[in-house]
Amino acid sequence: MHRTGELYGQYKTLEQQKETATLGMWIFLVTEILFFGGLFLTYTINRHQFPTAFGVGGNMLSLPLGFANTVVLIASSFTMAMSVWSAQTSKKKLVPLFLIATLVLGTVFLGVKVVEYKQKFDHHIVPGRNFDVTYCAKNPASVCGLTEKDHEDEIKEVREGVEAEGGEIALNAHAQLYFSLYFGMTGLHALHMIVGAGLLLWLILESRKGRFDANYNTPVENIGLYWHFVDIVWIFLFPLLYLINRHLA
Amino acid sequence: MSNHSEHVVSPKLYAVILGALLLGTYLTVQAAKVDLGRWNIVLALTIATIKMSLVILFFMHGKYSSRRTQLVIISGFFWLAIMLGLTLTDYTARKPEPSRSGNPPALAIHRA
Repeated sequence: MHRTGELYGQYKTLEQQKETATLGMWIFLVTEILFFGGLFLTYTINRHQFPTAFGVGGNMLSLPLGFANTVVLIASSFTMAMSVWSAQTSKKKLVPLFLIATLVLGTVFLGVKVVEYKQKFDHHIVPGRNFDVTYCAKNPASVCGLTEKDHEDEIKEVREGVEAEGGEIALNAHAQLYFSLYFGMTGLHALHMIVGAGLLLWLILESRKGRFDANYNTPVENIGLYWHFVDIVWIFLFPLLYLINRHLA
Repeated sequence: MSNHSEHVVSPKLYAVILGALLLGTYLTVQAAKVDLGRWNIVLALTIATIKMSLVILFFMHGKYSSRRTQLVIISGFFWLAIMLGLTLTDYTARKPEPSRSGNPPALAIHRA
């Protein structure tokens, strides 16, 4: 691996060398698009089949937390872009600062995700033997930490869900499908974030040595591409998972 | 030797894109709270696609990439469109439509 950005024998110019690296990164990202695409396809088919159960499931997610996380992730994409700009303009001191900001925002995102996952365990909506989408509706409002009004909405919605799906067993079966996809998709996304955090950590250490400038910034640029890709996945996950039936609530 | 051909996007433009993305996030939440029937999902996906385009074009420098790289980017979405499009044509045409309650025929097993 080249450490200083010198020209390697198989390239004519540094420009060509850099374009090759970017092209390679994009080819990897294309495979990632298709990788996540398969999950989005599974989601679409099942939501088409069980719209009511998916709506009931979607409304059990925390909209404030989901919204906050979207803002955090978009902000992290901005700081990532700024670290690329700092490297391109040889502002060597700024590169690690923007990378650290990106890592902090990424960590906040994962922290909020942990809080959300914990809530799902408390509310009995993690797929498995204790899954019961009617748990919060059947128990007093305080059990799920709901306000009286939210609790009433929840009861009403679950009742309508049971009716539309033709029974509690059916509603639970199909809501479980929704939550399997929720954990599968957000879990895979979070895994990408964790990998990204590791890459950022490496970039921070390297950038503190002043390695990245206008001559050589390919690692910053390419890890940036990866980070933005993960942001794009979330841009679709947020409306698809959190905002299915919000007009009902 | 400095790489003069590299396009540097200004922080000002990055900030504008950040603002547009945050506005899009706000709009998508507000839009979801209004009952538009089947158009809710269309609107949500339209906003998400616009946000994605902004990220690719500016944050990811897609607008300033070589034609070759742009072709690779587009090819990714082309294949994705084939995967989604052809599978969904099959799914929506092959199976009987779900009943008005949204239940597929297979649900009879659950009820029995």
